[in-house]
Parts: sequence; C-alpha cells; structure tokens
Amino acid sequence: MIRADRLTVAYRGRPALTDIELHVSAGERVALVGPNGAGKSTLLRAIAGLVEPAAGSVELDGTPLARLDRMGIARRLAVVPQLPTLPFATTVEEVVALGRLPHEHPIRGLRPVDRAAIAAAIDRVGVGHLLGRDARELSLGERQLVLLALAVAQAAPALALDEPTVHLDLRHQVEVMELLVDLNERDGTTIVAVLHDIGLAAHFFPRVVVLDHGRLVADGPPPEALSADRIREVFGVDPALVRLTA
Amino acid sequence: MLALVLVAGVAAGSVFVPPGDTVAILAHRILGLDIPMTWTRAEETIVVDLRLPRVLTAMTVGAGLAVAGATFQGVLRNPLADPYVLGTASGAALGAAIAVIVPVRTVVLEFGLLHGLAFAGALGAVFVVYRLSRVGGHGQMTSLLLTGYAVGSLLAAGLALAMYLSGTGLRQIFTYLLGGFEAASWVRFATALPLVLGASALMVARARALNGFLLGEDAAAHLGIDVRRERAILLGLGSLATAAAVAVSGLIGFVGLVAPHVVRLAVGPNARLVLPLAALFGAILMVAADLAARLLGEIPVGVVTAVIGAPFFLVLLRRTRAGYEL
Repeated sequence: MIRADRLTVAYRGRPALTDIELHVSAGERVALVGPNGAGKSTLLRAIAGLVEPAAGSVELDGTPLARLDRMGIARRLAVVPQLPTLPFATTVEEVVALGRLPHEHPIRGLRPVDRAAIAAAIDRVGVGHLLGRDARELSLGERQLVLLALAVAQAAPALALDEPTVHLDLRHQVEVMELLVDLNERDGTTIVAVLHDIGLAAHFFPRVVVLDHGRLVADGPPPEALSADRIREVFGVDPALVRLTA
Repeated sequence: MLALVLVAGVAAGSVFVPPGDTVAILAHRILGLDIPMTWTRAEETIVVDLRLPRVLTAMTVGAGLAVAGATFQGVLRNPLADPYVLGTASGAALGAAIAVIVPVRTVVLEFGLLHGLAFAGALGAVFVVYRLSRVGGHGQMTSLLLTGYAVGSLLAAGLALAMYLSGTGLRQIFTYLLGGFEAASWVRFATALPLVLGASALMVARARALNGFLLGEDAAAHLGIDVRRERAILLGLGSLATAAAVAVSGLIGFVGLVAPHVVRLAVGPNARLVLPLAALFGAILMVAADLAARLLGEIPVGVVTAVIGAPFFLVLLRRTRAGYEL
C-alpha cells in the first residue's frame, strides 16, 4: 500500500531523512514515533508527496508518487489536516464536505453519492451532534473529530495522521485512538499515524516504527520496537517513567 | 433586483426619463419590439448612448471586483483582503499619474494613455509582488500579503511624487483615484467586458480549488489541489479582472471587500455559491452606488461606496457571532 525505498529527504542541504525503508501493507496499522526533530512529520509529508525526495522513492498502491498528480494521491491517501484557523464561519458539515473534493464534480460539486459519503462519515466518527455549529467555536477535541470525519469522507484506502492527539485531553485521546482501531479493523483502512505519546502507540498499534535523527532505528511490535534499552537510547529518558501497557 | 437597479440606473440622473419610457426604449432598441414612440429622440439618446453603457459598465466592474475580492480572501485566507491587496491599486494609480505627467496623448478604442498605463501598472505591481514573495519558499501567504503592503507603500511614494510634479494635471489624477463611471461609453464597455467577465467566469469555474484553500495550503494539497499552480492561476485571474475594472473606472473601494462577506453570511463559505452570488450582489451594489453618486450631483462613486460600505461592514462585524480570526 505505502512503500518508501531508500528514501532520503533534505531541507536546504541538511538531511532530514536518510535511507528510510518502510513497507506498509494494505490493512496495517502503524505508529511512527521518535523524539522531536527525528523526521516523523517529514516522513509523513514525503509519503503524501508534499516534499520531494533527494534520493529514493515513494509508492502508493503500487504507483510511484512521481507519476501521480495531487488528485491521484488524494484518492489513495487521506491525510487528516492539522487544526486550522478558519478564515470564515464554516459549519461542521461544510468542513466534512471538503473531504469529497477529490471525488465531486469539478464544476457542479457534490453529487448524491458524495452527500451519502459525508453523512456516513459524520455518523461513523460520531459528530452528528455538532451539525450546524460553526467549526471555529468547537473545542479542540471536537475539531479534531470533525477533521477525522473529513478524512473518512475522503474514502481513501489509506489514512495518515500527524499527531492527532496533540491538543487533546485523555478522554478525547482514547476516543480518537479507538476510532482509528475501528476504521482499521472494520473497514480495512490502512493507517499510519505520527504519535508523540509512545504509551498510546504501544497500546493501540500492533506495529511501531521508531525514528531517530532521520533514520529508521526500529520497526516491529511494541515490546520489541519500544524495548527499555531503546527508550533510554532514543528518547533519553528512564524507561521506568514510561508506562507501556501493551 | 438586478433588473430593477438597471432600470432605475438608466432612468435617473440629471435628466429624468420616466421608468415606463425607459423600459419601452430598452425593449424597443435591444429587443427590437415594435412599440409606439412616446418618448423624445433626446431621451432615447440619453438612455441608449449615455446611461445604458454606464450602468452596464458599473455592473461589470461591481461583479468583477466582488469575484476578485472573494477569490483573494479565499486564496490568501484573509477576510480583510480586497481586490487591491496585492498592489493593484497603487500600481494602477502610479500608472495613471505617470500618464498624466508625460506629454504624450494617444487614444486607442477610446482609451487614453491613462487607462493603458493604469492597467499595465496594476498587473505589473501584482507581478512584482508575486515574484518577490516567492523568494522565501514556503509559508507564502503572509509573505505575499506583507510584500503587497511593502510594494504598495513604495508605489504610493511614487504616486505622491508624481502628483507633486503634475501641476495642473493634479485634478485629473485625483478624479481618477476616486473612481467613477461618468466617462463610460459603449466602446469602453465592450473592451473591458470580456476581460472582467472572462476572468470572473474562469474564477467561478475554479471554485473547487478555492474551496480547497479553506483549511490551509497543506490541507488543500492533501485534498488533491495543486496548490502552487492554482494559487498562481486564481491570483492571476483576480488581478486581471481587477486591473481591467480599475482601468475603466478608477479605484472604487469596499465593493470587493464587502460583497463577498455579505454573501458568505447568507450562504456560508462554499465558493461555488459565494463567487456567482458575490458577482450579482457586487453588480447591484455598484449600480446603486453610481446612481446615488449621480443623484448627489456627480460626486465620485468611490466616496459613495465607502460611505455606504464602511458602516455596513462594521454592523456585519458586530453581528457575526465568532468575529474573525486572523
């Protein structure tokens, strides 16, 4: 589904990612973890085609990114956007409807099938009670769920998220994680999520990829990838401080 | 509503033609209907050769500025953006002022050097702003706005110098800067129309891309929008419509800022609805403003739009629950 081969990315000559080998099969659920500046977000951006690799390549669904246009990428991979500041009053359904942009008619807009997908996504993510509200007045947790609904409405076989729990309280964090598990297990959506919380990664993801200084240093089930030695080495903290209830 | 202001705009002025006769003249001359003449030749000339092109020009300019304003607000994700935000206004003003100073007088298609240089100045200013802002690489929206202001200030200094040097031409520059439609004619209308309406129609056709910008540039890319390309196309079309509008009518403020917001309050931010409705509302607003300007003794229409627009905008801001996040 998602394949990075010897992927190297540099920002102004400084390497951000070096020689990344990452193969994610359809239906997998993978967490990307690592300290700040390890290259997690850069890897996600490279997979989504927002940064050009300096070397190596990325494939989505068997097609090299270089041969896909933005629409082609958007139909294969939905990326949950970062919490934006909206310039205009925008209702929750108007935000979710943006997920149909890659599918709708370029001139006439939403078709019945698009409206059905929007309604289904709102239902699936459980944001029906927010309909009609201005998205700018919602709490951060509610906004995060609305953006998830947008990505679900996009109906791509793979879903990527960059720190989806970063501003959320514990209850919302768990809610988002459970939703991801559900999307993965019931719908078979491939999920790649950058997480700053290795506890959440270990608890909710069967496969964890650890990045450090732009290199992939571990890739496997949480007990292996997040061993006590590795936590000490990569994150520079006493593993006893990190509760991993895998 | 549009038809109503059209008739009112054609009927009223220093010589009042009864609305019934106005409709009859329009039906007779445009639709070719065989209607008994109850009006004088002079009235027919006033309606067909003077008022009608003026009202149609006002409609076109109002529609074009409103669509360009909505587009700039959407692409730059800034509710305070208007069609002039990228330097169009100051570029056009400087171009016009230079045209007044240089001792060359040419007229092509009833357009003088002033209109030509205003058009070129508007587009040139946007081009310079766009190129300068690209140096920074990513995060370009703020850079674009700031560059627009910086270049605008520089051009304003040039304008001030040109006005200082213009001597007796000062009044001509000043009249142009305040904007108006009293010099409208069929030839001018026919020249500006395709540019303004063509660019506006192309912007309406790109509403999908404009919608993509609502959540920011990265989100737009994830939703399938080629951000760099669409941004350049949308800003280019908006600037083209603005430059053509400015060349025929001078600098008329507030319509491009206010019309899109009024429409958004009614129908939400979906560009597929906002752009065409803003065009309609902008057209109505501009004809009404021109009519008011005419009835008040040919005061500059820019004064009218500001006097109506500013308080109107303030009321809107107060009534919008969440206010605007910048």
